[in-house]
Amino acid sequence: MSTGVELPQLTPKDFASDQEVRWCPRCGDYSILAQMKKVLPTLNIPRENIVFVSGIGCSSRFPYYMATYGMHTIHGRAPAVATGLKIARPDLQVWVITGDGDSLSIGGNHFMHMIRRNVNLKVVLFNNQIYGLTKGQYSPTSPKGQKTKSTPYGSLDAPLTPLSVAIGAGASFVARSVDVDIQHLCMVLERAAHHHGTALVEVYQDCNVFNNGAFEFASKKGTKEENCIYLEHGKPLIFGVNRDKGIRLNNLGQPEVVELGKGVSEDDLLFHDEYADDPSLAFLLANMRHPISPEPMGVLRAVERPTYDEAVNQQVADVTNKFGAGNLNDLFNSGDTWDVT
Amino acid sequence: MSVVEAVSGGNGNFRTSEQADAVVIRFCGDSGDGMQLVGTQFTNVSAIFGNDVSTLPDFPAEIRAPAGTLNGVSGYQLCFSSHDIFTPGDEVDTLVAMNPAALKANLADLKRGGTVILNQDEFTKANYAKAGYTIDPLADESYLAGYRVHKVPMTRLTRDAVTELGLSLKEADRCKNFFALGLVYWLYDRNPQATQDWIRSKFAKRTELADANLAALKAGSDYGYSTQQFTVHYSVPPAKLAPGRYRKITGNEAVAMGLVTAAHLAGKELIYSGYPITPASDILHELSRLKNFGVRTVQVEDEIAAITSTVGAAFGGAFAVTASSGPGIALKSEGIGLGVIMELPMVIVNVQRGGPSTGLPTKTEQADLLMSMFGRNGECPMPIIAAATPGDAFYAAMEAMRIAVEFMTPVFLLSDGYIANGAEPWMIPDISTLSPIRVSHPTVPNGDNGQYLPYKRDNRLVRPWALPGTPGLEHRVGGLEKWDVSGNVSYDPENHQHMIQTRARKVAGIAQHIPEQTVEGPAKGELLVVSWGGTYGSIRTAVLQAQKDGKSVAHAHVKYMNPFPRNMGELLKNYKKVLVPELNCGQLSLLLRSTFLVDAQGYNKIKGKPFLVSEVRDAIERTLLE
Repeated sequence: MSTGVELPQLTPKDFASDQEVRWCPRCGDYSILAQMKKVLPTLNIPRENIVFVSGIGCSSRFPYYMATYGMHTIHGRAPAVATGLKIARPDLQVWVITGDGDSLSIGGNHFMHMIRRNVNLKVVLFNNQIYGLTKGQYSPTSPKGQKTKSTPYGSLDAPLTPLSVAIGAGASFVARSVDVDIQHLCMVLERAAHHHGTALVEVYQDCNVFNNGAFEFASKKGTKEENCIYLEHGKPLIFGVNRDKGIRLNNLGQPEVVELGKGVSEDDLLFHDEYADDPSLAFLLANMRHPISPEPMGVLRAVERPTYDEAVNQQVADVTNKFGAGNLNDLFNSGDTWDVT
Repeated sequence: MSVVEAVSGGNGNFRTSEQADAVVIRFCGDSGDGMQLVGTQFTNVSAIFGNDVSTLPDFPAEIRAPAGTLNGVSGYQLCFSSHDIFTPGDEVDTLVAMNPAALKANLADLKRGGTVILNQDEFTKANYAKAGYTIDPLADESYLAGYRVHKVPMTRLTRDAVTELGLSLKEADRCKNFFALGLVYWLYDRNPQATQDWIRSKFAKRTELADANLAALKAGSDYGYSTQQFTVHYSVPPAKLAPGRYRKITGNEAVAMGLVTAAHLAGKELIYSGYPITPASDILHELSRLKNFGVRTVQVEDEIAAITSTVGAAFGGAFAVTASSGPGIALKSEGIGLGVIMELPMVIVNVQRGGPSTGLPTKTEQADLLMSMFGRNGECPMPIIAAATPGDAFYAAMEAMRIAVEFMTPVFLLSDGYIANGAEPWMIPDISTLSPIRVSHPTVPNGDNGQYLPYKRDNRLVRPWALPGTPGLEHRVGGLEKWDVSGNVSYDPENHQHMIQTRARKVAGIAQHIPEQTVEGPAKGELLVVSWGGTYGSIRTAVLQAQKDGKSVAHAHVKYMNPFPRNMGELLKNYKKVLVPELNCGQLSLLLRSTFLVDAQGYNKIKGKPFLVSEVRDAIERTLLE
């Protein structure tokens, strides 16, 4: 996306719109907004070439707070709106801002098709495991048994794992981070921004009003090191405050937690490979969920494949090259014609 | 018909040649018998010959219903004539029936004294049972009494004709539609050249099939020529159409070409996003071939994605279009509303079919007018254009796009199954005579303090269309109510009322920028017949007949459904009575009554079929007598 032209150095402030940010105090969304404003100036993309597209939900107010172009659309449809925009304008960097209800419930279909087409979109999925804007109903990522306004006796639905769904749909880039893990979130957003294709970033985001502390396991210093594995390409999967635990594949190819030292060396562990063409490793990582297992954080998968928006436009160019630019007069006169005098 | 000459065939058979003004033929058979194909071929050769042509394809929703049953009958009716015609005809002159079910389903539409040509080989006991015949229709003397019946063993004769080409029996039998076509070509003195060319090009890679179909076509023609059965053959001279170059066009083709042309006239590229649905899919098919016109077509995952990706493309600056039919339009409602509140230009084509729900997918109806007007949440006004004929759909599509970009609004273009699949001769327009479509995008801020105000309107209340990528014009649009001028989110009560009224005034104001409503017939009188959409032909014909009989009747065919032309109210007052024939329960008449307080009377038919001219004639007579 680099224009090759020397651009004025932008700061996070340059990306703030004049609108008052109106999320609940201490909502995780504030941190995601702040990190986004930090990351964008590093991309060397003119502000006018960036568009934020959102659906409906608390997170979907996001575009109003960015001084870029933006569209606040309707529930679940941001991926489809953004797909249309990218087909019209592959030159733009388009971010989709969505939530767990928006993208996985009402918009599940568009989410899946955006990913399988590999539209060149950057998608930030704010997963707070609850419907916040409608005041506290369970979402498709809420754990089974969760008591909410609409499930006073506990929810019966098995939750979706967003990253597994994405990998199943053929995602070229999937990553996960946590709202308050500032540096890590910045790193992941930056990686997504540079990915060529649909880049899905799931952010564990605390809804301190309706689902407070849902992600404490991944955000609290001292416990997050025990519960999360911070992925690095080419490195073994090691975790723990003392970095004394790791993940090894057992005889069945299933991941198991092992303690390092006692007969287990780093070489015995599973090594991360973001670029593996085969999605098995990424799928295995995506399915490692707290509290059954430590959860991987960071980039699970980053592979290159052709993007849809470019392919659509390339086909137009190819057909034009093959047949020549269309002539309306020839089109009108195609097929059998006759003259009346 | 008048006998003009007796000719002697080369084999010494004497027969009569009659000249006719207009002939209605219906080909019917199983949905796998290729009836749509032969109907289209007959239409082509008649159009090329110079006849005026109007067609009515009528096929089942099932791709292949059980063979031989009434449910599986597919028909293609066409009228070709030596004068202007507007409809495919009320009554059938010649019925080609490929099996008993086809005969049973269609005989009622054949006029007394009309001709039946049937494939005798299919008239078996087993097929009688499938068609639900309890009698033997060929043996029962009363059943086909009063018709000229030609029993032709088409299956056997087709097999004989292709026997040397080494086809399987199944392949040989699939050629029998061309045998039937050849026979009818002979009967109506048609030049088969265009069909022969088509067969050669269609089967270029399987020359044995090309040869077989050509042989069947010739065998059918030879059969007519050499047997004693057909003592009369007919000619229909060319019609006196306005001078120019013509082609045949269907409504769906015309919409596709109109959209591409509009994009060209605006210097824009077309993005079309659609989901397959009968009877709108052909628009997607047509446009997807036209990539070298810069057309980007996307077959998206559902109807909702079709409209919302259209909204996205419009924000990006494209000429954005989606099309569907009733059920799909219902799914698009929320997305269309988003386009309305964002005030972005786009066209939504609705090729109407029988409803509600899945309804009658392959049949025509006009029952989505009120959905187009009101079928969205909130106060959500939109301009609506309705095409009148297949050829008119070209101009209607261009006009819809013009209004969309000039007024920054989604626009409905209404077609219907009858227009979409029907064909007529179309005078090819001279591109240089088509008006350009004005589109502009701001490049500098429009606010006093150097800021960009996306909802600052011009004197027509139209907001600017600033495109992403333009520095200094960064702005956000959305589905939440917005402050006038700034476009920021607003929950202010006064502002909401103001914005609702402003959007409505903008759409209403379009009336000042569209032509006045015209009438065919007296400017004042007893009765005004008001119509819209695909019923144009039969209503026009019925009114012409009534006028010839000296009745004080005029016809106003409305193309601008919202806003109505600015003289509409005055015009309605010039007649003592107003009759509104519609293929619905009275949707335009409801709008006319509520808008203009006029006592519009409905004449309503909801059978999935177009009006017969005679039905409208009768309604006119009854209304005049009341």
